[in-house]
Amino acid sequence: MIQIEHVSKTFAGGSGDVHALRDVSIRVEKGEIYGIVGFSGAGKSTLLRLVNGLERPDEGSVTVNGQKLAALNKAQLRLLRRKIGMVFQQFNLLEGKTVFANVAIPLKLAGVSREETERRVAEVLRFVELEDKRTAYVSQLSGGQKQRVGIARALATNPEILLCDEATSALDPQTTESILRLLQRVNREMGVTILLITHQMQVIQMICSKVAVMEQGRVVEEGAVLDVFGRPKAEVTRRFVRTVINDRIPEKFVTVVRSETRYQQVELLKFIGDAVQEPLIAQLCRTPGLEVNILGANIQEMQGSVMSVFILQLIGEEALVAAAEERIDAAGALRERLVMDE
Amino acid sequence: MNPASGNAQAAAFDFPVWFKQTFDIKFEKLLSSLGDTVYMLGWGLIIGAVIGFILALLLVFCRKGGLWQNRVVYAVVNVYVNIVRSMPFIITLVFVFPLTRLIVGKTYGSTAMLVPLVIFISPYLARLMENSLLEVSPGIIEAAQAMGATTWQIITRFMLPEALSSIVLALTTGTVGLLGATAMAGYAGGGGVGDLALTYGYQRYNLPLLILTIVILVLFVQLLQLLGNKISARLRAHR
Repeated sequence: MIQIEHVSKTFAGGSGDVHALRDVSIRVEKGEIYGIVGFSGAGKSTLLRLVNGLERPDEGSVTVNGQKLAALNKAQLRLLRRKIGMVFQQFNLLEGKTVFANVAIPLKLAGVSREETERRVAEVLRFVELEDKRTAYVSQLSGGQKQRVGIARALATNPEILLCDEATSALDPQTTESILRLLQRVNREMGVTILLITHQMQVIQMICSKVAVMEQGRVVEEGAVLDVFGRPKAEVTRRFVRTVINDRIPEKFVTVVRSETRYQQVELLKFIGDAVQEPLIAQLCRTPGLEVNILGANIQEMQGSVMSVFILQLIGEEALVAAAEERIDAAGALRERLVMDE
Repeated sequence: MNPASGNAQAAAFDFPVWFKQTFDIKFEKLLSSLGDTVYMLGWGLIIGAVIGFILALLLVFCRKGGLWQNRVVYAVVNVYVNIVRSMPFIITLVFVFPLTRLIVGKTYGSTAMLVPLVIFISPYLARLMENSLLEVSPGIIEAAQAMGATTWQIITRFMLPEALSSIVLALTTGTVGLLGATAMAGYAGGGGVGDLALTYGYQRYNLPLLILTIVILVLFVQLLQLLGNKISARLRAHR
């Protein structure tokens, strides 16, 4: 659906050039919700804008729906843009106009008849659950309602792709969740492919199937969300994962672990899916000569699946600990030794 | 002629006669002067606003980071606006006489005065409207582009509606400035209330007439400002 291949983009800045994108390639398949996560300035905003031609790459190619963007003239690009909806962090609505007028704008631009516009606006407003706000002015709405109008506007022309630019970053956690649920419905019920950028890992966790992590203009990690959350490789990814899955040991426990004189290992365990963890830990606890302390535990729901994280302190003879590790691996858990240096 | 005496003659109050006696000009003269002022003000504003809007669009779109980013066009328009704005109107008026003669065929009368008035006011309005247009959030323009809007649609469906209330205030300010210029234009052969004040009031030591014209001009400006504020507030009502 969307292919971005070896794209680079440099902006001339006051204090030297800014490399917004360096040899970036991503591929978004039809029907996916693809998330790009990164701290501000990582280049994700520029990457998103390549897809509808708001930014042009210096190098590399962007292909949307089989069309190479570089080969399109202005009129063709405008036609393509009508098939790509866009939602913004600051909503970018006409504040002085009614909800209806805002949602109708893309249809008017496309020259759709008045009856058809009425019908379609009513349809999308019903979808975003704002049919009762039709005649309200945008300035009278809450942030969450404004974003619903933004989504309705983006959907008005029946797009195949929806680009979300930090769509939930200006909203409170509860509203964020309801907007994410709405985006999920857009994806499932309308079959719209969604490409979103965010700096909130919760957003990725809640609705994305694939994720790319960006840092300093590069994609440092990419893959299925469960894999990336399970085995984050890059340091920046670990930092992001840590924002939703706490795998740190409380400071108090650290001193306890360090003061332990017997042989020990501290293990980070991640179970994905409905693998039954409790019997495993119960079994470990019942091993004679092995002491098991749970230093941390955390359960997260994502992608309709469950990820459980345990931090265990295993104390005992070296062979016993090694056997316990084997058992953990055999149970299908992702295991990682945590090094407790002074 | 004491109205308080209450006799029959006082009851038959003759306004034109009273007016002529008090201000030393015919009432029709005042009306035609007002007509001239409104004529110069109205057409000057309309033509000046159209040209000013085009200049403002060039300033907004050709600037760095604008839709048509073009350093040369921006520099030319910017310098032109600054030059014209730094010239006192009376100088502009005389300076463009050849152009006025070329366009209108003569250099006197209210129609001829429209040429210097428009040249004088359009850069001023351009600057004010440029500020109004720059207030439109870049995000709105980006959203418009993302929807596949043409440049014309971006101007008419997004920028104008968003900036309209602010533009109305800008035009109000501009109109008051233009009113001042019409007085000078009137003195140079355009007629109008300003001309009345200078030639009939000042030069003939007709103090009552001078005061009357001042009152009229003050009321006029108050009315314009009130109207401008009202329209602007109405447009802004739902923001």
